[in-house]
Amino acid sequence: MTTITTVQEHRDDTGSRMGMLLFLFTELILFGGMFLVYAVYRFKFPDEFRLGAHELNDFIGAVNTIILLTSSLTVAMSITAIQQGKKFLSVTFLGMTQLMAVAFLVNKYFEWSHKFSSGLFPQSPILLQKPHGEILYFGLYYVMTGLHAIHVIIGMVILGVMMIFIMRNSINQNSYVRLESGGLYWHLVDIIWIFLFPLFYLIH
Amino acid sequence: MTSKNKEHIPHTVSYGQYLLIWLGLLALTGITVTLAGIDLRRWVILTALTIASIKSLLVLRVFMHLKFEERIFKIFVLIAVTTLAIFISFTFFDYAFL
Repeated sequence: MTTITTVQEHRDDTGSRMGMLLFLFTELILFGGMFLVYAVYRFKFPDEFRLGAHELNDFIGAVNTIILLTSSLTVAMSITAIQQGKKFLSVTFLGMTQLMAVAFLVNKYFEWSHKFSSGLFPQSPILLQKPHGEILYFGLYYVMTGLHAIHVIIGMVILGVMMIFIMRNSINQNSYVRLESGGLYWHLVDIIWIFLFPLFYLIH
Repeated sequence: MTSKNKEHIPHTVSYGQYLLIWLGLLALTGITVTLAGIDLRRWVILTALTIASIKSLLVLRVFMHLKFEERIFKIFVLIAVTTLAIFISFTFFDYAFL
């Protein structure tokens, strides 16, 4: 009896991307629930939300928006690079994304620590003396930007793994759907920030 | 041997196209920030959300390649976004008319 080994590659790239997209819908609903809470409380406490937003720094928010948009650009470009077989360029683009993600988090750190030092953190005596709507505003601010920041960190890990895959040739010109899926995750994180920025920072 | 993935013709987007979209996104960010400085009263949320939606659409279609995917992808995204829109808008039946 002879055994014939045939190497058959079972791949369904479209299916993989569809799977990633379905996962992203669960993320959309996760954040969507929070946006729903935000919408109702902003409707009920418009003036308190305005007061709360005055405590935030528009400039840092805008800088972080630009950083995230640019990091999305480099992720998209890394896919073009791998499609053209330019491995080094692809890794370089992803490296740039990682640097921008770090910059985003550093800004967030300074932003939060500034708030903490002025006594604006959940359950702080200063915050608890403020009107109900402002307490809700800061509660939502910390939960939503915090959860978003966690997603940035997860995205960094995912893209870091993709960089290793590319360097090991496991992701290459002919097979890069994992990089595409990782990219989709990063873009979703970007889209969520696109909404968080005007809703938390730009209320005047 | 034929593999199924051959059906999908990979679409390569040029760096130039991406840069153009990126510039558009930056411009829209600038518009959002500028408009926030103007007192638009009750239109504030509407303008902010409209610009954010346009930006998301650009990211979705070009950066996320939705433009080049099969139609079923677009239908799925539409269903997901519509569901979320229904959640949020229907909730206001309870709050807006009290």
